[in-house]
Amino acid sequence: MKRIIVCLKQAVDVSQLKIDPSTRRLITASAPKKISDFDKNALEEAVRIKEKIGEAEVYTLTVSHEDAKAVLREALAIGADKAYFVDDPSFQDVDTSGTAYILAEAIKKIGEFDLVLCGEASLDSFSGLVGSRLAELLNLPLIASVGKLTVEDNTVVAERTLEDARETVKAKMPALITVTREINQPRIPSLMMIMKASKKEIVTWTATDLNIQQEKIGAKIEVVDVLAPKTERKKIMITGENSAEIAERLAKALIQEGVGGR
Amino acid sequence: MSEHKGVWVFSEKYDLTLEMLGKGREVADKLQTRLTAVFAGYNIKEKARELMKYGADMVYLIDDPALECFQIEAYLGILHNLAANYKPEILLIGSTKNGKLLAARLATRLETGCVPDCVGLSVDEEGRLIGERITYGGNAVAKVISRSKPQIATIPARAFEKLETEDRKGEVIELDVKIEEPKTEVVEIEPLETASVNIEEADVIISCGRGLEKKEDKALLEELAKILDGQVGNSRPLAEDRKWFTEWVGLSGHKVKPKLYIACGISGVIQHVAGIRDSKTIVAINKDPEAPIFEVADYGVVGDLYEILPALTEALRKQLQ
Repeated sequence: MKRIIVCLKQAVDVSQLKIDPSTRRLITASAPKKISDFDKNALEEAVRIKEKIGEAEVYTLTVSHEDAKAVLREALAIGADKAYFVDDPSFQDVDTSGTAYILAEAIKKIGEFDLVLCGEASLDSFSGLVGSRLAELLNLPLIASVGKLTVEDNTVVAERTLEDARETVKAKMPALITVTREINQPRIPSLMMIMKASKKEIVTWTATDLNIQQEKIGAKIEVVDVLAPKTERKKIMITGENSAEIAERLAKALIQEGVGGR
Repeated sequence: MSEHKGVWVFSEKYDLTLEMLGKGREVADKLQTRLTAVFAGYNIKEKARELMKYGADMVYLIDDPALECFQIEAYLGILHNLAANYKPEILLIGSTKNGKLLAARLATRLETGCVPDCVGLSVDEEGRLIGERITYGGNAVAKVISRSKPQIATIPARAFEKLETEDRKGEVIELDVKIEEPKTEVVEIEPLETASVNIEEADVIISCGRGLEKKEDKALLEELAKILDGQVGNSRPLAEDRKWFTEWVGLSGHKVKPKLYIACGISGVIQHVAGIRDSKTIVAINKDPEAPIFEVADYGVVGDLYEILPALTEALRKQLQ
Protein backbone atom coordinates (compact mmCIF):
# COMPACT_ATOMS: atom_id res chain seq x y z
CA MET A 1 0.00 0.00 0.00
CA LYS A 2 1.43 3.35 -1.09
CA ARG A 3 0.60 6.52 0.77
CA ILE A 4 0.66 9.89 -0.98
CA ILE A 5 0.41 13.13 0.95
CA VAL A 6 -0.67 16.20 -1.01
CA CYS A 7 -0.05 19.65 0.48
CA LEU A 8 -2.89 22.01 -0.37
CA LYS A 9 -2.97 25.73 0.14
CA GLN A 10 -6.16 27.68 0.38
CA ALA A 11 -5.28 30.64 -1.83
CA VAL A 12 -6.89 33.90 -2.80
CA ASP A 13 -8.55 33.53 -6.20
CA VAL A 14 -6.43 36.15 -7.95
CA SER A 15 -8.71 36.30 -10.96
CA GLN A 16 -11.42 37.75 -8.71
CA LEU A 17 -9.28 40.25 -6.84
CA LYS A 18 -10.43 43.83 -6.79
CA ILE A 19 -8.20 46.88 -6.54
CA ASP A 20 -9.08 50.17 -4.90
CA PRO A 21 -8.12 52.58 -7.68
CA SER A 22 -7.53 55.56 -5.37
CA THR A 23 -5.04 53.81 -3.10
CA ARG A 24 -3.84 51.04 -5.50
CA ARG A 25 -4.38 48.61 -2.60
CA LEU A 26 -5.78 45.14 -3.14
CA ILE A 27 -9.03 44.22 -1.48
CA THR A 28 -8.04 40.77 -0.24
CA ALA A 29 -10.28 40.40 2.79
CA SER A 30 -13.45 39.79 0.78
CA ALA A 31 -11.75 37.98 -2.11
CA PRO A 32 -12.95 34.42 -2.67
CA LYS A 33 -10.58 31.56 -1.83
CA LYS A 34 -9.97 28.26 -3.53
CA ILE A 35 -7.50 25.37 -3.73
CA SER A 36 -4.36 26.89 -5.20
CA ASP A 37 -4.22 25.89 -8.88
CA PHE A 38 -0.95 23.96 -8.93
CA ASP A 39 -1.85 22.19 -5.69
CA LYS A 40 -5.02 21.00 -7.37
CA ASN A 41 -2.86 19.52 -10.12
CA ALA A 42 -0.81 17.79 -7.42
CA LEU A 43 -3.99 16.34 -5.92
CA GLU A 44 -5.28 15.21 -9.31
CA GLU A 45 -1.95 13.51 -9.98
CA ALA A 46 -2.08 11.70 -6.64
CA VAL A 47 -5.59 10.46 -7.36
CA ARG A 48 -4.50 9.29 -10.83
CA ILE A 49 -1.56 7.40 -9.34
CA LYS A 50 -3.94 5.75 -6.91
CA GLU A 51 -6.33 4.81 -9.71
CA LYS A 52 -3.46 3.36 -11.69
CA ILE A 53 -1.70 1.31 -9.05
CA GLY A 54 -4.78 0.50 -7.01
CA GLU A 55 -3.16 -0.09 -3.66
CA ALA A 56 -2.73 3.50 -2.52
CA GLU A 57 -4.25 6.10 -0.27
CA VAL A 58 -4.23 9.85 -0.76
CA TYR A 59 -4.12 12.24 2.19
CA THR A 60 -4.31 15.98 1.89
CA LEU A 61 -2.66 18.36 4.30
CA THR A 62 -3.56 22.02 4.74
CA VAL A 63 -2.14 24.61 7.10
CA SER A 64 -4.21 27.69 7.79
CA HIS A 65 -5.30 30.16 10.42
CA GLU A 66 -8.79 30.47 9.04
CA ASP A 67 -11.65 28.26 7.98
CA ALA A 68 -10.81 26.06 5.02
CA LYS A 69 -13.50 23.39 5.27
CA ALA A 70 -14.89 24.08 1.80
CA VAL A 71 -11.47 23.57 0.27
CA LEU A 72 -10.93 20.33 2.21
CA ARG A 73 -14.35 19.01 1.15
CA GLU A 74 -13.54 19.76 -2.47
CA ALA A 75 -10.25 17.88 -2.13
CA LEU A 76 -12.07 14.88 -0.69
CA ALA A 77 -14.59 15.04 -3.54
CA ILE A 78 -11.78 15.03 -6.12
CA GLY A 79 -10.62 11.76 -4.60
CA ALA A 80 -8.53 12.20 -1.47
CA ASP A 81 -9.25 9.57 1.19
CA LYS A 82 -8.62 11.72 4.20
CA ALA A 83 -7.90 15.39 4.87
CA TYR A 84 -5.61 16.73 7.57
CA PHE A 85 -6.17 20.31 8.62
CA VAL A 86 -3.71 22.11 10.85
CA ASP A 87 -5.50 25.18 12.07
CA ASP A 88 -4.25 27.62 14.65
CA PRO A 89 -4.70 31.36 15.16
CA SER A 90 -0.96 31.62 15.85
CA PHE A 91 -0.34 30.81 12.17
CA GLN A 92 -1.58 34.24 11.07
CA ASP A 93 1.82 35.64 10.09
CA VAL A 94 3.71 32.53 9.03
CA ASP A 95 5.83 32.79 5.90
CA THR A 96 7.18 30.00 3.71
CA SER A 97 9.68 29.04 6.39
CA GLY A 98 7.03 28.59 9.09
CA THR A 99 4.60 26.89 6.74
CA ALA A 100 7.20 24.34 5.70
CA TYR A 101 8.04 23.67 9.35
CA ILE A 102 4.38 23.11 10.29
CA LEU A 103 3.85 20.86 7.25
CA ALA A 104 6.96 18.87 8.18
CA GLU A 105 5.77 18.37 11.75
CA ALA A 106 2.33 17.29 10.52
CA ILE A 107 3.85 14.83 8.06
CA LYS A 108 6.02 13.37 10.82
CA LYS A 109 2.88 12.88 12.90
CA ILE A 110 1.03 11.22 10.01
CA GLY A 111 3.98 8.81 9.92
CA GLU A 112 4.74 6.56 6.98
CA PHE A 113 4.46 7.83 3.41
CA ASP A 114 5.88 7.21 -0.05
CA LEU A 115 5.34 10.50 -1.83
CA VAL A 116 4.69 14.09 -0.91
CA LEU A 117 3.20 16.13 -3.75
CA CYS A 118 3.02 19.91 -3.79
CA GLY A 119 2.22 22.55 -6.35
CA GLU A 120 5.26 24.30 -7.81
CA ALA A 121 4.08 27.62 -6.36
CA SER A 122 0.89 29.06 -4.95
CA LEU A 123 -1.58 31.03 -6.99
CA ASP A 124 -1.56 34.13 -4.77
CA SER A 125 1.92 34.71 -3.36
CA PHE A 126 3.67 32.67 -6.09
CA SER A 127 6.83 32.26 -4.03
CA GLY A 128 7.50 28.65 -4.97
CA LEU A 129 9.57 27.95 -1.88
CA VAL A 130 7.50 25.74 0.40
CA GLY A 131 8.02 22.46 -1.49
CA SER A 132 11.81 22.87 -1.52
CA ARG A 133 11.91 23.92 2.11
CA LEU A 134 9.79 20.94 3.08
CA ALA A 135 12.05 18.52 1.21
CA GLU A 136 15.02 19.97 3.07
CA LEU A 137 13.32 19.67 6.47
CA LEU A 138 12.25 16.10 5.82
CA ASN A 139 15.58 15.27 4.18
CA LEU A 140 13.81 13.93 1.09
CA PRO A 141 14.92 13.68 -2.54
CA LEU A 142 13.28 16.59 -4.39
CA ILE A 143 12.18 16.76 -8.00
CA ALA A 144 10.62 20.11 -8.78
CA SER A 145 8.53 21.62 -11.58
CA VAL A 146 7.43 18.23 -12.83
CA GLY A 147 5.22 17.97 -15.92
CA LYS A 148 5.09 14.17 -16.12
CA LEU A 149 5.33 11.61 -13.36
CA THR A 150 5.59 7.82 -13.31
CA VAL A 151 5.63 5.66 -10.20
CA GLU A 152 7.42 2.30 -10.49
CA ASP A 153 7.78 -0.02 -7.50
CA ASN A 154 9.84 2.12 -5.15
CA THR A 155 11.12 4.75 -7.56
CA VAL A 156 9.62 7.79 -9.25
CA VAL A 157 10.62 8.99 -12.70
CA ALA A 158 9.76 12.59 -13.47
CA GLU A 159 10.08 14.93 -16.41
CA ARG A 160 10.81 18.58 -15.68
CA THR A 161 11.21 21.50 -18.02
CA LEU A 162 13.95 23.98 -17.29
CA GLU A 163 14.74 27.24 -19.09
CA ASP A 164 16.77 25.55 -21.80
CA ALA A 165 16.31 21.80 -21.41
CA ARG A 166 13.94 19.03 -20.49
CA GLU A 167 15.24 16.65 -17.84
CA THR A 168 14.20 13.19 -16.85
CA VAL A 169 15.02 12.58 -13.20
CA LYS A 170 14.77 9.50 -11.05
CA ALA A 171 14.53 9.22 -7.28
CA LYS A 172 13.89 6.53 -4.70
CA MET A 173 10.76 6.88 -2.63
CA PRO A 174 9.96 8.42 -0.25
CA ALA A 175 10.43 11.58 -2.28
CA LEU A 176 8.92 15.01 -2.67
CA ILE A 177 7.66 16.20 -6.05
CA THR A 178 6.40 19.64 -7.01
CA VAL A 179 4.20 19.79 -10.10
CA THR A 180 3.31 22.34 -12.75
CA ARG A 181 -0.06 22.98 -14.32
CA GLU A 182 0.97 21.07 -17.42
CA ILE A 183 0.98 17.71 -15.61
CA ASN A 184 -2.78 17.15 -15.91
CA GLN A 185 -6.22 18.66 -16.14
CA PRO A 186 -7.87 18.36 -12.70
CA ARG A 187 -11.30 16.75 -12.73
CA ILE A 188 -14.44 18.54 -11.65
CA PRO A 189 -16.08 16.37 -9.00
CA SER A 190 -19.52 14.99 -9.82
CA LEU A 191 -22.44 15.28 -7.42
CA MET A 192 -21.88 11.61 -6.53
CA MET A 193 -18.26 12.28 -5.63
CA ILE A 194 -19.27 15.28 -3.56
CA MET A 195 -21.81 13.21 -1.64
CA LYS A 196 -19.33 10.41 -1.06
CA ALA A 197 -16.83 12.95 0.23
CA SER A 198 -19.13 14.09 3.01
CA LYS A 199 -18.56 10.74 4.72
CA LYS A 200 -14.78 11.01 4.59
CA GLU A 201 -12.75 12.04 7.59
CA ILE A 202 -11.22 15.46 8.26
CA VAL A 203 -8.61 15.35 11.01
CA THR A 204 -8.06 18.72 12.66
CA TRP A 205 -4.89 19.48 14.57
CA THR A 206 -3.81 22.60 16.41
CA ALA A 207 -0.30 23.91 17.01
CA THR A 208 -0.32 22.17 20.40
CA ASP A 209 -1.20 18.79 18.84
CA LEU A 210 1.97 19.05 16.76
CA ASN A 211 4.16 20.54 19.52
CA ILE A 212 4.80 23.52 17.28
CA GLN A 213 7.50 25.74 18.76
CA GLN A 214 6.31 29.30 18.37
CA GLU A 215 9.81 30.69 17.81
CA LYS A 216 10.12 28.51 14.73
CA ILE A 217 7.05 29.97 13.06
CA GLY A 218 8.07 33.60 13.49
CA ALA A 219 8.15 35.21 10.06
CA LYS A 220 11.63 35.61 8.61
CA ILE A 221 10.48 38.00 5.96
CA GLU A 222 8.09 40.92 6.19
CA VAL A 223 5.91 42.30 3.44
CA VAL A 224 6.15 46.04 3.99
CA ASP A 225 3.96 47.13 1.12
CA VAL A 226 1.67 45.65 -1.52
CA LEU A 227 0.41 47.93 -4.24
CA ALA A 228 -1.09 47.51 -7.68
CA PRO A 229 1.56 48.60 -10.16
CA LYS A 230 1.32 52.00 -11.75
CA THR A 231 0.67 51.98 -15.42
CA GLU A 232 2.60 54.78 -16.99
CA ARG A 233 1.73 54.24 -20.58
CA LYS A 234 1.07 56.81 -23.23
CA LYS A 235 -2.29 55.32 -24.21
CA ILE A 236 -2.32 57.05 -27.59
CA MET A 237 -5.04 55.73 -29.87
CA ILE A 238 -4.06 55.77 -33.51
CA THR A 239 -6.95 56.35 -35.90
CA GLY A 240 -7.29 56.99 -39.59
CA GLU A 241 -9.49 56.74 -42.64
CA ASN A 242 -8.40 53.20 -43.43
CA SER A 243 -5.95 50.50 -42.41
CA ALA A 244 -3.21 51.87 -44.64
CA GLU A 245 -3.42 55.31 -43.05
CA ILE A 246 -3.50 53.90 -39.52
CA ALA A 247 -0.51 51.73 -40.35
CA GLU A 248 1.42 54.72 -41.76
CA ARG A 249 0.84 56.70 -38.58
CA LEU A 250 1.65 53.80 -36.30
CA ALA A 251 4.84 53.06 -38.24
CA LYS A 252 5.89 56.71 -37.92
CA ALA A 253 5.26 56.68 -34.18
CA LEU A 254 7.25 53.46 -33.76
CA ILE A 255 10.19 54.82 -35.71
CA GLN A 256 10.15 57.87 -33.45
CA GLU A 257 10.34 55.45 -30.51
CA GLY A 258 13.57 54.13 -31.97
CA VAL A 259 12.22 51.03 -33.70
CA GLY A 260 14.35 49.92 -36.61
CA GLY A 261 17.59 50.96 -34.97
CA ARG A 262 17.38 54.71 -35.58
CA MET B 1 27.44 45.80 14.36
CA SER B 2 26.22 42.65 12.75
CA GLU B 3 28.68 39.84 12.27
CA HIS B 4 27.24 39.29 8.81
CA LYS B 5 29.20 41.20 6.17
CA GLY B 6 29.33 41.55 2.43
CA VAL B 7 27.12 41.00 -0.59
CA TRP B 8 27.41 37.71 -2.44
CA VAL B 9 26.00 36.57 -5.74
CA PHE B 10 25.63 33.09 -7.17
CA SER B 11 24.09 31.62 -10.27
CA GLU B 12 24.83 28.54 -12.30
CA LYS B 13 24.20 30.76 -15.36
CA TYR B 14 27.06 33.05 -16.36
CA ASP B 15 25.01 35.92 -17.81
CA LEU B 16 22.77 36.03 -14.79
CA THR B 17 25.84 36.10 -12.54
CA LEU B 18 27.01 39.20 -14.40
CA GLU B 19 23.61 40.88 -14.14
CA MET B 20 23.52 40.22 -10.40
CA LEU B 21 27.03 41.62 -10.06
CA GLY B 22 25.78 44.81 -11.71
CA LYS B 23 23.02 45.28 -9.17
CA GLY B 24 25.11 43.78 -6.37
CA ARG B 25 27.76 46.46 -6.96
CA GLU B 26 25.19 49.17 -6.33
CA VAL B 27 23.95 47.48 -3.16
CA ALA B 28 27.48 46.85 -1.86
CA ASP B 29 28.51 50.45 -2.50
CA LYS B 30 25.51 51.70 -0.59
CA LEU B 31 26.35 49.44 2.33
CA GLN B 32 30.08 50.20 1.94
CA THR B 33 30.92 46.56 1.82
CA ARG B 34 32.54 44.05 -0.53
CA LEU B 35 30.91 42.26 -3.43
CA THR B 36 31.79 38.60 -3.82
CA ALA B 37 30.85 36.14 -6.53
CA VAL B 38 30.65 32.49 -5.65
CA PHE B 39 31.69 30.85 -8.88
CA ALA B 40 31.43 27.11 -9.18
CA GLY B 41 31.72 24.72 -12.08
CA TYR B 42 34.35 22.87 -14.08
CA ASN B 43 37.11 24.46 -16.18
CA ILE B 44 36.05 27.97 -15.27
CA LYS B 45 39.30 29.40 -13.87
CA GLU B 46 39.78 31.83 -16.73
CA LYS B 47 36.28 33.17 -16.48
CA ALA B 48 36.64 33.74 -12.75
CA ARG B 49 39.05 36.63 -13.22
CA GLU B 50 36.68 38.27 -15.69
CA LEU B 51 34.10 38.71 -12.94
CA MET B 52 36.09 41.60 -11.47
CA LYS B 53 35.41 43.57 -14.62
CA TYR B 54 31.71 43.27 -13.95
CA GLY B 55 31.91 44.59 -10.42
CA ALA B 56 33.17 41.81 -8.13
CA ASP B 57 35.76 42.59 -5.45
CA MET B 58 36.42 38.95 -4.82
CA VAL B 59 35.61 35.55 -6.25
CA TYR B 60 35.31 32.29 -4.39
CA LEU B 61 36.19 29.79 -7.06
CA ILE B 62 35.26 26.14 -6.85
CA ASP B 63 36.52 24.30 -9.91
CA ASP B 64 35.74 20.60 -9.76
CA PRO B 65 34.97 17.92 -12.37
CA ALA B 66 32.03 16.84 -10.20
CA LEU B 67 30.42 20.21 -11.02
CA GLU B 68 30.40 19.75 -14.78
CA CYS B 69 26.62 19.30 -14.73
CA PHE B 70 24.38 21.19 -12.38
CA GLN B 71 23.59 19.04 -9.35
CA ILE B 72 21.55 20.84 -6.77
CA GLU B 73 22.92 18.99 -3.74
CA ALA B 74 26.50 19.71 -4.77
CA TYR B 75 25.88 23.45 -5.08
CA LEU B 76 23.74 23.47 -1.97
CA GLY B 77 26.53 21.93 0.06
CA ILE B 78 29.09 24.41 -1.29
CA LEU B 79 26.96 27.48 -0.65
CA HIS B 80 25.86 26.27 2.76
CA ASN B 81 29.42 25.69 3.87
CA LEU B 82 30.62 29.05 2.61
CA ALA B 83 27.69 31.03 3.94
CA ALA B 84 27.79 29.35 7.34
CA ASN B 85 31.51 30.06 7.66
CA TYR B 86 31.89 33.50 6.11
CA LYS B 87 28.42 34.88 6.94
CA PRO B 88 27.41 37.23 4.13
CA GLU B 89 24.92 39.94 4.92
CA ILE B 90 23.14 39.59 1.58
CA LEU B 91 23.06 36.66 -0.79
CA LEU B 92 21.60 37.04 -4.27
CA ILE B 93 20.85 33.82 -6.12
CA GLY B 94 19.88 33.59 -9.77
CA SER B 95 16.22 32.70 -10.05
CA THR B 96 16.36 29.94 -12.61
CA LYS B 97 14.19 26.93 -11.80
CA ASN B 98 17.18 25.19 -10.26
CA GLY B 99 18.46 28.36 -8.64
CA LYS B 100 15.19 28.84 -6.82
CA LEU B 101 15.30 25.33 -5.39
CA LEU B 102 18.80 26.00 -4.26
CA ALA B 103 17.85 29.30 -2.62
CA ALA B 104 14.88 27.80 -0.81
CA ARG B 105 16.85 24.86 0.51
CA LEU B 106 19.80 27.01 1.48
CA ALA B 107 17.53 29.43 3.35
CA THR B 108 16.07 26.46 5.19
CA ARG B 109 19.50 25.16 6.18
CA LEU B 110 20.60 28.60 7.31
CA GLU B 111 17.26 29.15 9.08
CA THR B 112 16.70 32.40 7.28
CA GLY B 113 14.15 33.99 4.95
CA CYS B 114 14.12 34.13 1.19
CA VAL B 115 12.52 36.75 -1.02
CA PRO B 116 11.97 35.12 -4.40
CA ASP B 117 11.96 36.63 -7.90
CA CYS B 118 12.91 40.20 -7.11
CA VAL B 119 12.53 42.49 -10.10
CA GLY B 120 13.63 45.46 -7.99
CA LEU B 121 16.22 45.73 -5.21
CA SER B 122 17.08 48.63 -2.96
CA VAL B 123 18.52 49.33 0.46
CA ASP B 124 16.63 51.35 3.10
CA GLU B 125 18.06 53.79 5.69
CA GLU B 126 18.60 50.95 8.13
CA GLY B 127 20.65 49.08 5.58
CA ARG B 128 18.00 46.46 4.98
CA LEU B 129 17.54 44.93 1.56
CA ILE B 130 14.13 45.61 0.05
CA GLY B 131 13.07 43.21 -2.68
CA GLU B 132 10.24 44.04 -5.03
CA ARG B 133 8.30 41.14 -6.46
CA ILE B 134 5.20 40.62 -8.52
CA THR B 135 2.48 38.87 -6.58
CA TYR B 136 -1.24 38.07 -6.58
CA GLY B 137 -1.14 36.83 -10.15
CA GLY B 138 0.31 40.05 -11.47
CA ASN B 139 -2.18 42.27 -9.65
CA ALA B 140 0.37 43.77 -7.31
CA VAL B 141 3.98 44.49 -6.54
CA ALA B 142 5.06 43.62 -3.00
CA LYS B 143 7.99 45.17 -1.18
CA VAL B 144 9.55 42.60 1.08
CA ILE B 145 12.35 42.78 3.65
CA SER B 146 14.14 40.01 5.52
CA ARG B 147 14.13 39.87 9.29
CA SER B 148 17.00 37.40 9.46
CA LYS B 149 20.48 37.04 7.99
CA PRO B 150 21.80 36.36 5.51
CA GLN B 151 19.13 38.20 3.59
CA ILE B 152 18.53 35.91 0.63
CA ALA B 153 16.84 37.10 -2.54
CA THR B 154 16.47 35.38 -5.88
CA ILE B 155 16.87 37.40 -9.06
CA PRO B 156 15.33 36.49 -12.40
CA ALA B 157 17.29 36.76 -15.62
CA ARG B 158 17.32 40.16 -17.30
CA ALA B 159 15.94 41.98 -14.27
CA PHE B 160 19.11 44.03 -13.99
CA GLU B 161 21.82 45.31 -16.29
CA LYS B 162 25.41 44.16 -16.41
CA LEU B 163 28.00 46.79 -15.62
CA GLU B 164 30.05 48.11 -18.48
CA THR B 165 33.38 46.40 -18.33
CA GLU B 166 36.09 48.32 -16.55
CA ASP B 167 39.49 47.50 -15.16
CA ARG B 168 39.12 46.54 -11.54
CA LYS B 169 41.34 44.67 -9.18
CA GLY B 170 40.21 41.82 -7.06
CA GLU B 171 41.25 38.47 -5.73
CA VAL B 172 40.27 34.98 -6.71
CA ILE B 173 40.28 32.56 -3.83
CA GLU B 174 40.22 28.98 -4.93
CA LEU B 175 38.50 26.64 -2.53
CA ASP B 176 38.53 22.93 -2.18
CA VAL B 177 35.23 21.69 -0.93
CA LYS B 178 33.62 18.37 -0.32
CA ILE B 179 30.92 17.80 -2.91
CA GLU B 180 27.65 16.57 -1.43
CA GLU B 181 26.16 13.37 -2.88
CA PRO B 182 23.01 13.87 -4.95
CA LYS B 183 19.73 12.30 -3.83
CA THR B 184 18.27 12.24 -7.32
CA GLU B 185 19.63 10.96 -10.60
CA VAL B 186 19.30 12.85 -13.88
CA VAL B 187 18.82 10.11 -16.45
CA GLU B 188 18.29 12.25 -19.53
CA ILE B 189 18.71 15.86 -20.65
CA GLU B 190 17.13 17.01 -23.85
CA PRO B 191 17.98 20.56 -24.91
CA LEU B 192 14.98 22.65 -25.95
CA GLU B 193 14.78 24.36 -29.33
CA THR B 194 16.58 27.66 -29.23
CA ALA B 195 13.71 29.54 -30.87
CA SER B 196 11.51 28.94 -27.86
CA VAL B 197 14.25 29.82 -25.42
CA ASN B 198 15.17 33.11 -26.99
CA ILE B 199 11.96 35.03 -26.76
CA GLU B 200 12.92 36.46 -23.38
CA GLU B 201 15.93 38.04 -25.02
CA ALA B 202 14.21 39.47 -28.09
CA ASP B 203 14.22 43.23 -28.64
CA VAL B 204 11.01 43.10 -30.61
CA ILE B 205 8.14 40.70 -29.98
CA ILE B 206 4.98 40.42 -32.00
CA SER B 207 2.45 38.37 -30.13
CA CYS B 208 -0.98 37.02 -30.94
CA GLY B 209 -3.95 35.99 -28.85
CA ARG B 210 -7.46 34.68 -29.32
CA GLY B 211 -7.97 37.13 -32.18
CA LEU B 212 -5.87 34.83 -34.35
CA GLU B 213 -8.32 32.58 -36.19
CA LYS B 214 -5.99 29.87 -37.45
CA LYS B 215 -2.59 28.68 -36.33
CA GLU B 216 -1.20 29.24 -39.83
CA ASP B 217 -2.11 32.92 -39.67
CA LYS B 218 0.86 33.42 -37.40
CA ALA B 219 2.66 33.97 -40.71
CA LEU B 220 1.20 37.50 -40.70
CA LEU B 221 3.15 38.18 -37.52
CA GLU B 222 6.25 36.55 -38.90
CA GLU B 223 6.25 38.91 -41.88
CA LEU B 224 6.31 41.88 -39.55
CA ALA B 225 8.87 40.20 -37.31
CA LYS B 226 11.21 39.84 -40.28
CA ILE B 227 11.14 43.59 -40.94
CA LEU B 228 11.79 44.44 -37.30
CA ASP B 229 14.22 41.63 -36.64
CA GLY B 230 11.91 40.41 -33.93
CA GLN B 231 10.34 37.23 -32.66
CA VAL B 232 6.82 35.94 -32.64
CA GLY B 233 5.01 34.95 -29.47
CA ASN B 234 1.52 34.13 -28.32
CA SER B 235 -0.72 34.37 -25.29
CA ARG B 236 -1.63 31.51 -23.03
CA PRO B 237 -5.03 30.52 -24.50
CA LEU B 238 -3.43 29.64 -27.83
CA ALA B 239 -1.20 27.17 -26.02
CA GLU B 240 -3.39 25.90 -23.20
CA ASP B 241 -6.86 25.93 -24.77
CA ARG B 242 -6.22 25.59 -28.48
CA LYS B 243 -3.00 23.55 -28.10
CA TRP B 244 -1.44 25.30 -31.09
CA PHE B 245 1.76 26.05 -29.26
CA THR B 246 3.55 24.72 -26.21
CA GLU B 247 4.71 28.00 -24.72
CA TRP B 248 3.36 31.45 -24.12
CA VAL B 249 4.18 34.96 -22.99
CA GLY B 250 2.78 35.86 -19.57
CA LEU B 251 3.34 35.62 -15.87
CA SER B 252 3.14 31.83 -15.88
CA GLY B 253 5.15 31.52 -19.09
CA HIS B 254 7.85 33.72 -20.54
CA LYS B 255 8.21 37.09 -18.87
CA VAL B 256 9.57 39.43 -21.51
CA LYS B 257 10.97 42.96 -21.63
CA PRO B 258 11.57 43.85 -25.25
CA LYS B 259 11.99 47.36 -26.58
CA LEU B 260 8.79 46.84 -28.54
CA TYR B 261 5.89 44.51 -27.82
CA ILE B 262 3.04 44.36 -30.30
CA ALA B 263 -0.04 42.58 -28.93
CA CYS B 264 -2.35 41.46 -31.74
CA GLY B 265 -5.79 40.20 -30.82
CA ILE B 266 -4.78 39.85 -27.16
CA SER B 267 -7.43 41.02 -24.71
CA GLY B 268 -4.89 41.74 -21.97
CA VAL B 269 -5.80 39.70 -18.90
CA ILE B 270 -3.74 40.62 -15.86
CA GLN B 271 -1.50 37.55 -16.09
CA HIS B 272 -0.52 38.41 -19.63
CA VAL B 273 0.05 42.05 -18.79
CA ALA B 274 2.26 41.08 -15.84
CA GLY B 275 4.49 39.19 -18.23
CA ILE B 276 4.98 42.14 -20.61
CA ARG B 277 4.90 45.03 -18.15
CA ASP B 278 8.60 45.83 -18.47
CA SER B 279 8.46 46.27 -22.23
CA LYS B 280 9.63 49.72 -23.29
CA THR B 281 6.86 50.36 -25.80
CA ILE B 282 3.63 48.39 -26.01
CA VAL B 283 1.36 48.46 -29.04
CA ALA B 284 -2.11 46.91 -28.93
CA ILE B 285 -4.15 45.95 -31.95
CA ASN B 286 -7.61 44.69 -31.09
CA LYS B 287 -11.09 44.73 -32.59
CA ASP B 288 -12.69 45.36 -29.22
CA PRO B 289 -12.30 49.00 -28.14
CA GLU B 290 -13.06 47.91 -24.56
CA ALA B 291 -10.20 45.37 -24.40
CA PRO B 292 -8.13 45.95 -21.24
CA ILE B 293 -4.91 45.71 -23.27
CA PHE B 294 -5.46 49.33 -24.38
CA GLU B 295 -5.10 50.47 -20.76
CA VAL B 296 -1.49 49.28 -20.69
CA ALA B 297 -0.51 50.21 -24.24
CA ASP B 298 1.45 53.21 -25.48
CA TYR B 299 -0.18 52.96 -28.88
CA GLY B 300 -3.55 51.42 -29.53
CA VAL B 301 -5.31 50.57 -32.75
CA VAL B 302 -8.93 49.49 -32.74
CA GLY B 303 -9.05 47.28 -35.76
CA ASP B 304 -8.78 43.85 -37.30
CA LEU B 305 -5.30 42.39 -37.01
CA TYR B 306 -5.85 40.75 -40.40
CA GLU B 307 -6.00 44.21 -41.99
CA ILE B 308 -3.70 46.21 -39.74
CA LEU B 309 -0.76 43.80 -39.61
CA PRO B 310 -0.11 43.53 -43.37
CA ALA B 311 -0.57 47.30 -43.69
CA LEU B 312 1.86 47.94 -40.84
CA THR B 313 4.40 45.55 -42.33
CA GLU B 314 4.16 47.42 -45.62
CA ALA B 315 4.33 50.86 -43.98
CA LEU B 316 7.39 49.95 -41.92
CA ARG B 317 9.09 48.39 -44.90
CA LYS B 318 8.69 51.67 -46.79
CA GLN B 319 9.54 54.00 -43.95
CA LEU B 320 12.57 52.07 -42.78
CA GLN B 321 14.14 52.00 -46.23
